[in-house]
Amino acid sequence: MLSPVEHFPLLVVVLSLFSAFSIFLAGWVNRRSCVFISIGTLIVQFSMAIAILHRVLTKGPIRYRLGGWVPPWGIEYVMDAFNGYILVVLLFLATVCAIYSKRNIEHELPEKRASFHTIYQLLITGLCGITVTGDIFNMYVFIEITSLSAYALIASRGKIALKASFTYLVLGSIGACFFLLGIGFLYAVTGSLNMEDLSLLLPPFYGSRAVRAALVFFLVGLSIKMALFPLHTWLPDAHAFAPSEVSAMLSGIIIEVSTYAFLRVAFSVFTVDFFKGLPVFEIVSWVSAGAILFGSIWAMAQTNLKRMLAYSSVANMGYIMLAVGLATTATRPPWGGLTPAAMHILNHALMKGCLFLIAGAYIYKGNLWEIRDLQGWGRRMPYTSAAFVIAALSMIGVPPSVGFVSKLYIILASLETKQFVFVGVLLLSSLLNLIYFWRVIELLYMKVHEGEHGHVVAVPREEVPWSMLLPILILSSLCILVGLLWLTKIPIPILDEVNAMFRLTGGR
Amino acid sequence: MGAGPSSLPMWALLGPALGSVLILLSSKRPNLREFWTLGASLFQFSIVASMVPVLLRGEEVVSRLFTMFPGIDFEFRVDAFGLLFALTASFLWILVSIYSIGYMRALKEHGQTRFYFCFALAILGAVGVALSGNLVTMYVFYEILTVSTYPLVAHEQSAEALFAGRKYLAYLLTAGCFLLAAIAMTYWISGTTDFQRGGIFKTGMASSLLLVTLFVLFVLGFMKAAYMPFHSWLPSAMVAPTPVSALLHAVAVVKAGVFGVVRTVHYIYGVDLMGQLGLGGFLALFAGFTMIVASLFAIAQDNLKRRLAYSTISQLSYIVFGVALLGPMGITGAMLHIPFHGFMKITLFLCAGSILVATGKKNVSELGGIGRTMPVTMLAFMVGAFGMCGLPPACGFVSKWYLGLGTLEAGNLLFLAILLISSLLDVVYFFPILYVAFFERSSGEESTPGGRKRVKEAPLTMVIPLGLTALGSILFCFPNPLTEMVLKLVRMAVGG
Repeated sequence: MLSPVEHFPLLVVVLSLFSAFSIFLAGWVNRRSCVFISIGTLIVQFSMAIAILHRVLTKGPIRYRLGGWVPPWGIEYVMDAFNGYILVVLLFLATVCAIYSKRNIEHELPEKRASFHTIYQLLITGLCGITVTGDIFNMYVFIEITSLSAYALIASRGKIALKASFTYLVLGSIGACFFLLGIGFLYAVTGSLNMEDLSLLLPPFYGSRAVRAALVFFLVGLSIKMALFPLHTWLPDAHAFAPSEVSAMLSGIIIEVSTYAFLRVAFSVFTVDFFKGLPVFEIVSWVSAGAILFGSIWAMAQTNLKRMLAYSSVANMGYIMLAVGLATTATRPPWGGLTPAAMHILNHALMKGCLFLIAGAYIYKGNLWEIRDLQGWGRRMPYTSAAFVIAALSMIGVPPSVGFVSKLYIILASLETKQFVFVGVLLLSSLLNLIYFWRVIELLYMKVHEGEHGHVVAVPREEVPWSMLLPILILSSLCILVGLLWLTKIPIPILDEVNAMFRLTGGR
Repeated sequence: MGAGPSSLPMWALLGPALGSVLILLSSKRPNLREFWTLGASLFQFSIVASMVPVLLRGEEVVSRLFTMFPGIDFEFRVDAFGLLFALTASFLWILVSIYSIGYMRALKEHGQTRFYFCFALAILGAVGVALSGNLVTMYVFYEILTVSTYPLVAHEQSAEALFAGRKYLAYLLTAGCFLLAAIAMTYWISGTTDFQRGGIFKTGMASSLLLVTLFVLFVLGFMKAAYMPFHSWLPSAMVAPTPVSALLHAVAVVKAGVFGVVRTVHYIYGVDLMGQLGLGGFLALFAGFTMIVASLFAIAQDNLKRRLAYSTISQLSYIVFGVALLGPMGITGAMLHIPFHGFMKITLFLCAGSILVATGKKNVSELGGIGRTMPVTMLAFMVGAFGMCGLPPACGFVSKWYLGLGTLEAGNLLFLAILLISSLLDVVYFFPILYVAFFERSSGEESTPGGRKRVKEAPLTMVIPLGLTALGSILFCFPNPLTEMVLKLVRMAVGG
């Protein structure tokens, strides 16, 4: 007899699937109810995710067999410390964005409220599915669900967003095809689709070209999905023209879940032994270093706030993948293994989620898309702008924010592997971050119009409604609080468990 | 040396932390807001002062909060040297708070809440730097200090102020990156970043090339010390309101940089290793260059605050210079110069500010006859100027005496010559100001002959603080319990 918590992995997925359809039906009757169903579902899911994480940390992994079919024939959902952690991060940001979307969507897409929230729930279904599943083909299915709902959400504003969505659609489909090809190759070699089963069947074939080619397909396919430079081209437009809560989800969660998928495939299916002697992670880390610099430099060239943030996301994916690239060679706790990468997934979700929601708040209030339009808005929207300053400082890496902690951990990891170049890249990138974020801060607070010197005219406050402000403030304060939390090393045991599971730091 | 756990350092930082929040909350009620500033500064000073007896007993105040990495705790460890800096910063904050109330209100400045808020945060950073027990903890506060000072530098929001602000951040945050790299490498080499007298690097830990490179990184990281050729952010930052220039750009910010250099030389590398690597002479020459060239630059400045800024650049290098001599006398002189220069330079800046408030004049050439209209201010200015030149009865004499002894101890007459030339140059740029103020007539005076000019001082809230700092500068030149205490702390820090 399974305890209730052991049903949660399935329930998390199914709940939002049902919620999607109930929102659709409820939308016929009462459009106002949609968002409340959505938020309610997410809060329940978030509590479940916490319960799962707690259970996983105290009693070990959960294995859930769908329909009672025994793996490798049936589909199996496996929860361990890694996806437990990712699930919590994912559902937290999703909840926050859903709360934000109430007023924002009423404002931006008043006619499409029901369909927006329906598709939003489908997106959550896909994301949760990718995270919980222990079956590689099932993972592909959920990746497609996620991507399709993301295409629809990005396109929801119409006009130029349609083009952005179409670009993403084309590239995303190519990525998905690569992923599918990878699965095909593995299936051809082993005849299995269950991840754990694969990891047991694969070792004799480690030298096989088919298996190596499969890895390359996975890597390239998911690199498109996670917008790793130079495969990032779909990202800036998609982030810029989507509704802001969708941008926040795209940048903070969707691309990170693709990273999760890659890590899951790399370490649960191929395992760390496979990579011995293969320069995969070395290549990944150098490419990521390129991504960091490229993203930061292009962010400086942007005039549109959301596009700037989008390029910053390209750079931040570089941070995460650089940390991934160092994961197999840096082994000393606490910065060894996947710790810095997993840490930055949360940190980036907080920072960039916050920044995109703020960009959305400026659009909501004054239709301010361009950076230069923001002049003087620091006084008009004091809370939102203060949150922007905190999140931006965090991106720059001022202590004790989350950005600082990530930077420090990745620097220590690169020092351990004697990759001094990466230290330079990271520090240079934080200076570039300084340049493009400070330009905005200066406009918000410091720059005054001609002839306004000294006597600042009293400007009316024009804050966004509470339901939008609250998510922003929560995220920005977490940028500092979580940073302190990481420094005290309270959450590190979760990640140590991940490293031990993947045999990256040699056990606890 | 005994060390008891204590929460005092945390309380000392809580003062400005809580103060800044309360200031922000009472933005609509100026009197209450200024009350919080004063309250926070008094609170902080009393906490810092209460640590003095513990230190004098030969103990250290330690408070360890949590472990960040194996070998790195988030830790405050107050030793004599750190306490000296904390005492200076927190005491002068009280006086400058009183002064800034007068200054900001007299000039009807905008954005006063932002001003007081950032000011409190900056002090939080500076005192945090002073009390930190290792490099990582110090780095956290060092960066808070950098960022919180930006709105103060760009306060005026004119194009010039914005440019100065950008320059400020560009220099200091770049330096922060160098510092972070240096700290990470230190940890990588030695497995710790704790400050230990005599240094944490042992022979054989790393090649000397690496250690020299690392030292260069450290020096670049402590760019707040405003050594040449990376000094130009400091004169630009003089567009800030005068209380900012006074406390932050004569005491808190720049001294945090110098403080870091001293910590690096004495507590990370250690005198012996510095000597072996030949870094002492290199650093002394570097500092000597700045001492002389900055003085030459100062002569050419007509804007009073800019002249003072170049004087600060020169004087900061005295401290670095003293440390680089690597002998006990030189270090004593350097450590003494931190509070002493603080008192004297703050006096000079406060005088510059009160001249601005009372007459609206910013340039040295306009100051004719001001000695008669503002006698108290200009007397205080004279005390400060004497101190800068190393003349008694101001305390600059004492620290410079020790620095001179330090050069003899190092047996290097070239260094002594640098010190003396630089002191002479100080006279060259300070005495003309005094001459103009006391012996020249103002341009307006000829048109109204006969009538004695009336005394027209700045508001009392400004005159009293600058009088007190001037008195302080004199006090430290003579034996009394306070001077004894400072000397004892310095001796303990030097460890003789």
